Amino acid sequence: MPTDTIDIRYVAKLARIALTDEEIEVFGRQLGDLLAHVNALSKLDTESVPATAQVVESRNVTREDVITPGLDRERVLAQAPQRQGNFFRVPRIIAE
Amino acid sequence: MSVPMDARIEKTASEIAADVRARRLSAVEVTEATLAHVEAVDGLIGSYLTVLSDAAREHAARVDERIRNGESLSLAGVPLAVKDNMCLESTRTTCGSKILEHWIAPYTATAVARLLDAGAVPIGKANCDEFAMGSSCENSALGVTRNPYDTSRVPGGSSGGSAAAVAAYEAAIGLGSDTGGSIREPGAFCNLVGFKPTYGRVSRYGLIAFASSLDQIGPLARTVEDAALVYDAMAGYDPMDETSIERAVEPAAGALLDDLKGVRIGIVRDFDTGALGAELDALYRQAYRDLEQLGAELVEVTLPTADYGVPTYYLIAPAECSSNLARFDGVRYGLRVDGEDVQAMYDNTRAAGFGPEVKRRILIGTYALSSGYYDAYYVRAQKARTLIARDFERAFARCDLIACPAASCTAFEFAAKSDPYSMYLMDYYTIPMSLAGLPALSVPCGWSTPEGGAVPMPVGLQLCTPLFGERLLLGAAHAYERATRHASARKPLAQEARA
Amino acid sequence: MSPAYEAVIGIECHVELKTATKMFCGCPNAFGGEPNTKICPVCLGMPGALPVPNAYAIELIVTTGLALGASIPDFSKFDRKNYFYPDMPKDYQISQYDMPLTVGGAVKYWLEDGTTKECRLTRIHLEEDTGKSTHAGSGDGRIAGSEYSLLDFNRAGVPLMECVSEPELRSPQEAIAYLESLRRTLLALGVSDVKMEEGSLRCDANVSVRLAGSTELGTKTEIKNMNSFRSVERAIASEIERQIEVLTSGGRVVQETRGWDEVNGVTHSMRSKEEAHDYRYFPDPDLVPLEISRIDVDRLRTTLPALPWQRFERYTAAYGLGAKQATQLIDNRSLGTYFDRVVECSGNPQQSSNFVLGDLARLANESGVAVGDSQVLPEHLAELIGLVEGKRINSTTAKALVERMWNGAGSPAAIVDREGLAQTSDPATIEPLVDEVLAAHSAVVADYRAGKTNAMGFLVGQVMKASRGKANPALVNDLVREKLSR
Repeated sequence: MPTDTIDIRYVAKLARIALTDEEIEVFGRQLGDLLAHVNALSKLDTESVPATAQVVESRNVTREDVITPGLDRERVLAQAPQRQGNFFRVPRIIAE
Repeated sequence: MSVPMDARIEKTASEIAADVRARRLSAVEVTEATLAHVEAVDGLIGSYLTVLSDAAREHAARVDERIRNGESLSLAGVPLAVKDNMCLESTRTTCGSKILEHWIAPYTATAVARLLDAGAVPIGKANCDEFAMGSSCENSALGVTRNPYDTSRVPGGSSGGSAAAVAAYEAAIGLGSDTGGSIREPGAFCNLVGFKPTYGRVSRYGLIAFASSLDQIGPLARTVEDAALVYDAMAGYDPMDETSIERAVEPAAGALLDDLKGVRIGIVRDFDTGALGAELDALYRQAYRDLEQLGAELVEVTLPTADYGVPTYYLIAPAECSSNLARFDGVRYGLRVDGEDVQAMYDNTRAAGFGPEVKRRILIGTYALSSGYYDAYYVRAQKARTLIARDFERAFARCDLIACPAASCTAFEFAAKSDPYSMYLMDYYTIPMSLAGLPALSVPCGWSTPEGGAVPMPVGLQLCTPLFGERLLLGAAHAYERATRHASARKPLAQEARA
Repeated sequence: MSPAYEAVIGIECHVELKTATKMFCGCPNAFGGEPNTKICPVCLGMPGALPVPNAYAIELIVTTGLALGASIPDFSKFDRKNYFYPDMPKDYQISQYDMPLTVGGAVKYWLEDGTTKECRLTRIHLEEDTGKSTHAGSGDGRIAGSEYSLLDFNRAGVPLMECVSEPELRSPQEAIAYLESLRRTLLALGVSDVKMEEGSLRCDANVSVRLAGSTELGTKTEIKNMNSFRSVERAIASEIERQIEVLTSGGRVVQETRGWDEVNGVTHSMRSKEEAHDYRYFPDPDLVPLEISRIDVDRLRTTLPALPWQRFERYTAAYGLGAKQATQLIDNRSLGTYFDRVVECSGNPQQSSNFVLGDLARLANESGVAVGDSQVLPEHLAELIGLVEGKRINSTTAKALVERMWNGAGSPAAIVDREGLAQTSDPATIEPLVDEVLAAHSAVVADYRAGKTNAMGFLVGQVMKASRGKANPALVNDLVREKLSR
């Protein structure tokens, strides 16, 4: 297993959480500790073991292509942090 | 505390429902008595984040009307505490988080809807660790919940509010969710039956996801029979949740056992109760002997990968949570903290909206899925998950049911676990079953006074069966409960204070 | 393009599927509409909501794969592609990462000159669309320089097919021909409306250049923001030119995303590879895997219609039509279907094509009535073609008859019999008419003899007129020429 230290700033950017310097220090240490514990998994021989993503064995569960009632717009927009007319409004998007 | 304890709310759910169906008692009466009791004790216990007085009264009146119209409702008038990570239309649903502090759910979770349809009355939305991440309820950003048996101690978590509510008679049934032990552990800490059904047995639609492949809704109840009643009312396929399983549910409440003749019970060699201290060790050994007394054949089984449960879980659950909680972004609902552009708004909103434990898990999960680490962490954990499930399969070739501790200690004092990993280890005994998707429950098995504690605290025995073994699981737990009657040995302080 | 370089182009298309509802919920899938009126807990990414896939959308992808000769793996699954964007409600997109619904296959296409080619596909997978952002404050609606954005989630969760080609296209013309063939195929299958202007077809192009003959790929750029076939063609051409310029002036092409600027006709850099996204794909735990059974595959295979490239081959190779005619018949569904019926009845594809693309298409255009809905039954048109073939009527009569059939005259053979319109090929009847005309137009005859040979057309026309259109034009021609040369 990798032993690198976590690039906590990079991870926080991916996760979109602003961290204070103190949080970076504390979380960095705590996550490092946790990784040391989870590194125990490297003792398991998983070479030929299939991965389990889900324990249910269902397949092909689908729905018919039939319209069902949705939500009332006013009710939804009433809870929007910011609305403008019938739209949700967000601050400017910086193209990435 | 001058109001005398009301005998009507000390009844079990099954007794209340029977009384309401027979019209010896009305749902409105039970509801009013419960609301009065909540009013009196919840300032001390803190089970609820929102008390639904009006909705409860309306529901209760409707239940009485349905009874008058000749309907037979299995949970008629039963006061219900709903963990606040489940949606109930038009009520505040917070997940114990600032990010959803003022969010009103526009729809109702399937499990909740089914219980209400069966006649249950929603008393309130119960506190929980933020987004169900925690084992003590201390991670709630919106309130403190205390253990009704010793208010200096935690109720367990994450379904701590639901557990405390039932233990303190603020509800007859608590609805909880269990991802790695979040029903079973607070059940054990609060002298209750805490039951996690097979993954997929109960719809997750409307349960605000923590880790989708592990989350499962289940009841906290004062008796096994009550847990079975709730299970019967809410289990079964839901077209809104395609991971719910399309397989007939065999009603469990009518199939409870009185003895364990012919049942092979596995005792896990790898779970050495000696490490839990002499008192707990003795309690668990006694519990195993009691099972044998009831006619069970005890066999030793082994789960060699048991130690890998916690590390596996703390990769898989955070990975899923990092993605599940991305939607809390300040755009469509919930908290927004502005920023000069949308990216800064995200960063600020999530920094202010999530507490430290949620941030830790989002960060570790993001890391485990990120480029270059996916195979080393996430995929390896998924493979370990396979090995853990295989261990159970092998064990269940030799037994019908496994008995082991539900937690490694009794309810601890607030702020006792400051190191995250020591808190994660609280779920050492419950996580493997979650990873394998197995049905498991905790049932009271005695009392133990923790070091420095003032009073004895409840201890839970965990039972577990293969997938879909709910009937045997509940049946066996009932036989054990009936023979030992540990739960009724002591009363919660909140109740004594009022008596 | 400098002859020393060749372009290598791959196309990635996103196509909105024509379903009644969205991919993972029962909200309507329809273009436009009042903002935020087609929304529910699922497509808004509300806490606790769960996706359930649309069976029909899955079927449409498999059908498309089969039509394009792709293989349908036994096992497929949905994954989450994680990144934050305001118009994406869950801040992850449900997509397919390593196990798409279809693998391989190819789009066969043809160029204007009729050359047929094919471009292999990497894969086709199913995912969900995002909502729509409107950027305000920048003046031109663009994101750059905007002050805020407005979000409409009506489109969020609409089923989207992603179809990725191998980098096997070699010119902007091939790229367009590929896209047109893909579009025709999807239309024929009824999978999508494929309208670029409504966004139901969107495409990006991966472009690189290399020295002709080289087998190594050059560094590619990804071109975005192209909103018509024309702009795809222009953008690719412009990017090829830019890359060659960079290389010939000693520079290096940077791997990046470039946006097409329609107004200035150039591509410009949008983001470089250094800031590449880390999408953290993982299997969606809310969705169970798909195992498409062989039975379903076989059933869907039997529903496949005749595909555009198959029709193109039939029209050109078997029927001998030109590429342009064939393309016209393929692109106009109503004309094409009608044409096939007429050929079935007449056995004469060239004449069928002439009438259908000529007179009938014109009449349809003028009247606004589709050929298939008109009163001209394919059987009647075939009958008319038979009359022409058997030289019973001439083309002038045929033209007049088509007009009358359009207006409900019914069987042409019956009209011909009833009205004695059959063509006259008897010299004994025509010769006196020729003599009359030549006598009446002696000045024209003199012109002809003086070398103005095109004057003959006028004289032939006059004879035809005198015969009320019934004379066999070839015979009239022969007789006029003969008499003039005396």
